[in-house]
Amino acid sequence: MDQQIADNQLLDYTAIFIQFIVAAGFVLTTIFASQRFGPKRNSTKKLESFECGIETIGNARLPFSVKYFLIAILFVLFDVELIFFYPWAVNFRELGQLGFVKMLVFIAPLLLGYFYIIKKGALKWD
Amino acid sequence: MLTKTEAPESYTGDGFALTRLEKVVGLARANSIWPLPFATSCCGIEFMATMASTYDLGRFGAERLSFSPRQADLLMVMGTIAKKMAPVLKQVYIQMAEPKWVIAVGACASSGGIFDTYSVLQGIDKIIPVDVYVPGCPPPPEAILDGILKIQELIKHEGFRRRESQEYKMLLSGYGIE
Repeated sequence: MDQQIADNQLLDYTAIFIQFIVAAGFVLTTIFASQRFGPKRNSTKKLESFECGIETIGNARLPFSVKYFLIAILFVLFDVELIFFYPWAVNFRELGQLGFVKMLVFIAPLLLGYFYIIKKGALKWD
Repeated sequence: MLTKTEAPESYTGDGFALTRLEKVVGLARANSIWPLPFATSCCGIEFMATMASTYDLGRFGAERLSFSPRQADLLMVMGTIAKKMAPVLKQVYIQMAEPKWVIAVGACASSGGIFDTYSVLQGIDKIIPVDVYVPGCPPPPEAILDGILKIQELIKHEGFRRRESQEYKMLLSGYGIE
């Protein structure tokens, strides 16, 4: 009896699966069908990069400063660390002292890395 | 005058309607136009009023303006186009994706307006094909909305094959557009 109830649980979500398939299917169909069956016209002038109607000047692919990349990648790193903090914050009391020590063990290398970043000047903008 | 949008001619039954794909696609295209406001002068300001709350162009599906021709359906030329601006306008038109429509708002875009001079292009239909002209100097927002409604009628009744047809190709080659 319990096994049967447990088995049916996936079937209970049938409506949701159908809804998901319809939603994704609509998006994919409109994108690919309009690409396949829609009118097309290509010419060299049309395929030029859009520069507000004037002649394109120079190459868009120039080297740019590494500071943008550094900020972005460090953000991602510390954001993932932050995600681990949330369940810890919610269950703080239940985890007690041992939990706190474990989290310190987790944070320690990241904190070390943070000091390294500051000393190296990776966050300096200019 | 209120017009109610009716369903296209279809064979209806109990819980279904059967119609031609052209009509459904035409309806979808007409009620979700993404305009490119090429606003140059005073007509541009009237267009700002048209997009604002009192006259609200967003009601007709044209909520999302695009300043990139790659994502726009309707090129709305509003204002005086100088001869110096003409190649820019032409390039923007060429870079739009098919199917595309053009509306010339105001007297200057339609025919040069009161500026019958050496520097003003006497109507954008000298360089690009235009679908609807909205006269006025400047036209009131109701007139601009009327122009958009006419564009919607054109879009609804355009078939699938128009953009590949010989007639359309001749029209474009008349303007020197490939």
